[in-house]
Amino acid sequence: MNSIVIWTIVILAGLGLVLAVVLFLIAESFKVEEDPRIEQIEKALPGANCGGCGYAGCHAFADTAVKAADLSAHFCPVGGNEVMKKVSAILGYAVVEKAPQVAVVRCNGTCAARPKVNVYDGVQSCRVKAALYSGDTLCSFGCLGCGDCVSACEFGALSMDSETGLPVVDESKCVACGKCVKACPKGLIELRAKGPRGMRVYVDCRNQDKGPAAKKACANACIGCGICVKTCTHDAIVLENNIAYIDYSKCKLCRECEAMCPTGAIHGVNFPKELDREGIKARVAARNAAAKAEAAKKEVSNE
Amino acid sequence: MAYIVSPNPHIHAAVSTKRLMLDVIIALCPAVIVSFLFYGLSEMAIMAVSVASCVVLEWAITKYMLKKPSTTGDLSAIVTGMLLAMNLPPTCPLWVVFIGAVVSIAVAKMTFGGIGQNIFNPAITGRVFLLVSFPTFMTDWTVPAGFISNVDAFSGATLLGQVPILGALEADKLVNLQTLFRNIGGSAGEISALALLAGWVYLLVRKVIKPWITLSIFATVAVIAGIFHMVDPAQYTGILFNLLTGGVILGACFMATDYVTSPMSAWGGVVFGVGIGFIVMMIRYFGSYPEGMSFAILLMNMAVPLINMKFHQRKFGRK
Amino acid sequence: MSKITFSIGGVHPDDAKIARGCAIEVLPLPQTLYVSMAQHLGAPAKPIVAVGDKVLTGQVIAEPAGFISAFVHSPASGTVKSIGPRKDLAGNYMTHIEIAVEGDEWVEGVDLSDTLVTEIPEDRQFILDRIKACGIVGLGGATFPTHVKLNPAPGSKAECLILNGAECEPYLTSDFRIMLERTKEIVVGAAIMQKVLGGCRTVIGIEENKPEAIEAMRKAVSELPYSIEVLPLKKKYPQGGEKQLIQAVMRREVASGGLPISVGAVVQNVATSLAVYEAVQKNKPLITNTLTITGNCLPVEKQHNYLFRIGMPLSYIAEYAGGVPEGAGKIISGGPMMGRAIANLDAATVKGSSSLLYLSAESTKRGEESMCIRCGRCADACPMGLEPFLLNRLYKAGDVAALEENAAQDCIECGCCLYSCPAYIPLLDNVRQAKGMALGAIRARAAKK
Repeated sequence: MNSIVIWTIVILAGLGLVLAVVLFLIAESFKVEEDPRIEQIEKALPGANCGGCGYAGCHAFADTAVKAADLSAHFCPVGGNEVMKKVSAILGYAVVEKAPQVAVVRCNGTCAARPKVNVYDGVQSCRVKAALYSGDTLCSFGCLGCGDCVSACEFGALSMDSETGLPVVDESKCVACGKCVKACPKGLIELRAKGPRGMRVYVDCRNQDKGPAAKKACANACIGCGICVKTCTHDAIVLENNIAYIDYSKCKLCRECEAMCPTGAIHGVNFPKELDREGIKARVAARNAAAKAEAAKKEVSNE
Repeated sequence: MAYIVSPNPHIHAAVSTKRLMLDVIIALCPAVIVSFLFYGLSEMAIMAVSVASCVVLEWAITKYMLKKPSTTGDLSAIVTGMLLAMNLPPTCPLWVVFIGAVVSIAVAKMTFGGIGQNIFNPAITGRVFLLVSFPTFMTDWTVPAGFISNVDAFSGATLLGQVPILGALEADKLVNLQTLFRNIGGSAGEISALALLAGWVYLLVRKVIKPWITLSIFATVAVIAGIFHMVDPAQYTGILFNLLTGGVILGACFMATDYVTSPMSAWGGVVFGVGIGFIVMMIRYFGSYPEGMSFAILLMNMAVPLINMKFHQRKFGRK
Repeated sequence: MSKITFSIGGVHPDDAKIARGCAIEVLPLPQTLYVSMAQHLGAPAKPIVAVGDKVLTGQVIAEPAGFISAFVHSPASGTVKSIGPRKDLAGNYMTHIEIAVEGDEWVEGVDLSDTLVTEIPEDRQFILDRIKACGIVGLGGATFPTHVKLNPAPGSKAECLILNGAECEPYLTSDFRIMLERTKEIVVGAAIMQKVLGGCRTVIGIEENKPEAIEAMRKAVSELPYSIEVLPLKKKYPQGGEKQLIQAVMRREVASGGLPISVGAVVQNVATSLAVYEAVQKNKPLITNTLTITGNCLPVEKQHNYLFRIGMPLSYIAEYAGGVPEGAGKIISGGPMMGRAIANLDAATVKGSSSLLYLSAESTKRGEESMCIRCGRCADACPMGLEPFLLNRLYKAGDVAALEENAAQDCIECGCCLYSCPAYIPLLDNVRQAKGMALGAIRARAAKK
């Protein structure tokens, strides 16, 4: 009996040893010589393999970064500047810092503001819904509400708000990989500069209908009135196809456009103070009056 | 008025999972009624316990463990319960029946994710588990008192079990036309070949299943039995004996044709059926168990993903 | 009983041709017509009129913008009120020409009489030019420009012209009605196309649930001096699918990605044949078509077959016919299997409009989706021999290579899979996307080469 046990142990141990040696030899003979820096970079990267950098994954990023002449085409949105400093150090390249970005959903067509005019009865997928028709509201530009962006997000940063029917970005989790941007068939999601302490101002609408049609479709729509464009002293807002767009690289976060917008389509977020709508309105009105007087004076002097 | 908007098609055939399962239940009814007639109250109790445990278990698991909407409404648990009861001897203790239901539903079906996801036929898994765990209960073929007297019944062995005792020649003589109506001994559901076949025809007429799997099992069993019997009738039982005794008909008509655990394509079904027929005959002729239908189906269940990979529908405009 | 049909898959929905007894009535002109520039497959037409222009009925108001595109003509006489975006039936914007209707004064050179002209012009190019100039497109659903289809690339030869009178979609009766009422015109139209294609075999395929149409067509063919066959087909959906019909009639299969002409076939709808007749023999542009108002929640006496002008808002037609019935849960343009649900009833009719179908909510609402039970009914039903359950799974996994390998690109979107799924899995919704992905991969590869 004892001898059986002993023999069993001996044979199994021997077998294990032989296989280990075979495996080791095979691994040695098939070893691929790789630039050791690739592994170093890969270790420095977050390893999410999200593809947010535009490469197939972290390994592809590291592989191409080693071969590249500089790091202008390589930026890991997940790791941000922190990680990129490490990568630059490994490769000995100059550090290219980028302003951190965040995904912004530019539709505020809540269930309350945007009445449903038909009932969608297909698979719950924005892609399928968008291929079928313009959506279950009168707005053909707004959020379809099936959550393709939510399922595209690999970082759990997006969720559907059951009350508004719109996706919500959790800024602390969003790494600006851009997956949701690609997933949205209506092109509503944009990667925007996160802004100082997260403060940023943007137009929360993409409706290109003319004013009355936009208004009819959604109470929160941008009606393309152009007041924001006239108000902005930083030349940051453009009006095209009946829709305003704020260039985040030019915006100085003065919030004047936000206060002046008649439909509340412009949103400022993460500001420490509440918007002093009346104060700004008075300020802008005074400025406009002064400018008018100035112009009148000029006209007079020109004469 | 908000109208519905959806992609095409805008109409649907009068078919649903529930309706299909209901058809299977209806198809099982003749055999169940016959088993009630022959085995009386004890069989009715087994059926009741089996069906009730399956339904309650599925309901409880979806509700409390998976926390998903209940799937008992699709009636598939009732089908499993009925098939399990039909696969047990009529003398089976009720607590053993319950264990069978636990294995069928909890182990074979719900752990894989519920209806449509399981690899093995739940009822057969339950039966095989019981057969291996409780061989005494599972091979006790005493015939309980029924509503119709069953005078010439053997106690202690099924017809297949008689083969080693009487020899193939004698055993063959025990099978005659009467066996078509009333099988002697065996699991409750196996008693009437005719009732089972009637249910199978109903399923075919209602287009619930296709005949290929069943027919290929019958054909394979017949061919193998025919060849062996021709070579040595003293050693190997004949075609009729092998078709009519044991679980071939119940298995071929209702267990092997389970959608989830059988191949999708017609040719895949034929391969599946031939495999079952071959394995069951090998077990019967050369194995230590007198019957092997359950094992044959379980083994072929494992091959289904492979068969599905190999056999596809002919595509239009492609060679 | 005819046994002629396609050999793979297919389903048998109840044919519900309730409006089959309703003779075609002519709809009066509304005050305003909205003519869409997307009346056909391919690039939208380019408007050539300006706001304020006076137009006559049948006058060209838009010209083709590319090889696969078509002329569009004014459906009435009046003034161009505006040119700009307007929502189509899916709620998407498309350029429309708005015409304030002042009357029905036709352009010159159009024969408006009812006399049957049986003599076919000799010059092949003349016929093709007429068909192109009159803006004829396929009226069987795809609205592919007819002059392109009738002029196969050099090297390919048409061996059989198949006239599609299957009308396999339930409810629809517009083709049936024109086959009864405009029988001879359709036969002459077929003869014209036969001539253009070099005198090939010509077959009119009609499903045998329309015995009156088969009878009428046989009579017309025997009375006219052309060589055309009438072929009764078994009733099975999708019999009228181009590839299916070719296989049923010629026993040849169009290879994956191939065109019908690769097996020597040209398929044209009977309504197209009628339009060809009017264009070539009467010089009448395509501004009218037949449309069925039907449905399971519409009393029989309110069902109609109408001759409409393009540009009529659907809501106008619905109103004229007595309004949208109370019980309607879904309004569909086209048949219940392949038609499009209407999100915007104010949308205008186009050349290819074939119905206004009202279905009750109970009959059309999808059942709750449950797990796949691997019954294989979708694969049995698929007329292309695909495995929708598998494509659905591969689509969810995003495996484009496997989708292509399993022929997702061959899907004809007939709806048989979802129609027959007992678990109400939205198979076609996903397979349609899968098809797009597979086609995208194929095109990307072709572009690289």
